[in-house]
Amino acid sequence: MANVPEDLHYSKDHEWVRPDGDVATIGITDYAQNSLGDVVYLELPKPGEEFATNESFGSVESVKAVSEVFTPVAGKVIEVNEQLNDTPEKVNSDPYGEGWMIKVRMASPGEVDSLLTAAEYEDFTKAESE
Amino acid sequence: MRYIPNSPEERAEMLNSIGLNKSAELFASIPDDLLLREHLNTPAALSELELLSRFERMGQRNAGPGRVSFLGGGAYSHYIPTIVDHIISRSEFFTAYTPYQPEISQGTLQAIFEFQTLVCQLTGMEVANASMYDGSTGLAEAVLMAERVTKRSRVIAAASVHPQYLEVVKTYVQHAGIELQLADFDKKTGQISSTLGERIDDQTAAIVVQSPNFFGCIEDVAALATLAHARGALMIVAVTEAISFGLLKPPGACNADIVVAEGQSFGVPLSFGGPYVGLFAVREKYARQIPGRLVGEAYDKQGRRGFVLTLATREQHIRREKATSNICTNEGLIALAATVYMETMGRKGIQEVAQQCAQKTAYAARRIGELDGFSLRFSGPRFNEFVVRGPAEATSQLRRLARDRAIDGGIALSRFYPDCENDFLVCVTEINSREQIDSLVEGLRDFSNE
Repeated sequence: MANVPEDLHYSKDHEWVRPDGDVATIGITDYAQNSLGDVVYLELPKPGEEFATNESFGSVESVKAVSEVFTPVAGKVIEVNEQLNDTPEKVNSDPYGEGWMIKVRMASPGEVDSLLTAAEYEDFTKAESE
Repeated sequence: MRYIPNSPEERAEMLNSIGLNKSAELFASIPDDLLLREHLNTPAALSELELLSRFERMGQRNAGPGRVSFLGGGAYSHYIPTIVDHIISRSEFFTAYTPYQPEISQGTLQAIFEFQTLVCQLTGMEVANASMYDGSTGLAEAVLMAERVTKRSRVIAAASVHPQYLEVVKTYVQHAGIELQLADFDKKTGQISSTLGERIDDQTAAIVVQSPNFFGCIEDVAALATLAHARGALMIVAVTEAISFGLLKPPGACNADIVVAEGQSFGVPLSFGGPYVGLFAVREKYARQIPGRLVGEAYDKQGRRGFVLTLATREQHIRREKATSNICTNEGLIALAATVYMETMGRKGIQEVAQQCAQKTAYAARRIGELDGFSLRFSGPRFNEFVVRGPAEATSQLRRLARDRAIDGGIALSRFYPDCENDFLVCVTEINSREQIDSLVEGLRDFSNE
């Protein structure tokens, strides 16, 4: 059973968002990393780049596939997890912690309320895997 | 790879399991009036003897050996060691389909790995792919790759790039949202004009030059790369005559980011335009944006060395429309021919061929330049091709030379540049003897006396 922390917000593309004021930390969920398999490479944006909601901000390459990752909320990238260049496997081992990908300054912080709650995301993944 | 046929019983079984009686029912969805009912209008089968004599008669219509050729322009006559054909004709390699499955294809994969290694050494680059269809499609892929890497959409190509390569690039990019601009060449030197730098801006994805260029002139790649990099653009270098790598500074050492080359000069005969093979090499930091296949070295559970396709997750069969390219194959057999050629000749051998080409070209250019009415059109440094400006319209003079002396003296440039009526492109390689060059000079002298 995939781990779905209560305090985060989720997208249907399997990203999670942890808001802190107007800054959102973004990564992919435990369910997503598990479906992708061993992550070997990440292509992430540079600080300063701006993204609209649901825009592709990079890609995650696993041994099986390359998948796009999308911004659940609009905003400007203020920090990128550079550690993933050397240790992409953190996305698998600690998706909600050291496996975070980017921090964005949200264009409208209220946007997180339109995302799924932990319970809703859990139902969504259940429906998807059935 | 084995072709596995099936017996009538097996076919009946397959049809039965999908609920059909005969295979014609598989085509039931095709409207009746579109089905072909009578036999194709082709001649009746011939016996082997009849077939051979028919092809012999056709073959006799070829101009045949004994003709002297100074034609280049992207397709070059070089000596091919007999071992090349011998190796590539082995049945393990000589198949219509290149098998890539590591379980059954270590020989093929190792040959491709060696090809990639040699291409890196030759170009001075860090990563090479398993090959492209040819140099021109390789160049088009390089332009698409530059757009992916830089996320910019304007590409400036030197007008001295082979006109047919430019046509292929245009075809590839015209619906890809990439704007292709041409930068003129200096009418005196034949090299790309130094004003190119002014046109590069922060929307420029790449500049594209060919060196030696279509007119045979060697470009200052390092200086152009500096201009490109100053604005964050990539430097793409195309090479149509791979033998030039034996003599010229490798593009990698001139800070090129992507190098593409036509590999036909390496052991591939001239046979009506193909098949050719494209060489494609990049800086390691761009490895994930490289089109096509890559073979990598790997180790199995027992620690034994082996070869596998690598980075295949970015290819079309897995990543569909997000793939780096829609090439999901390589030019396997021709890449093998190039590999055998490079390994047979070695570093010294390729250098020697290149030196002979350059020296014989220098001799031919000097002799032709001395003829009344003839001049060398460009002053830029050259490798094994040069443009001659003749006293009259070049097409008809070259035709007379071909008819009266069995010499193919060059390519009339008016075919590509309508305002260059008197100009033609001459190519000299190691297979052209001094006598052949002298007979070309004598043939041209007839025209200067007219």
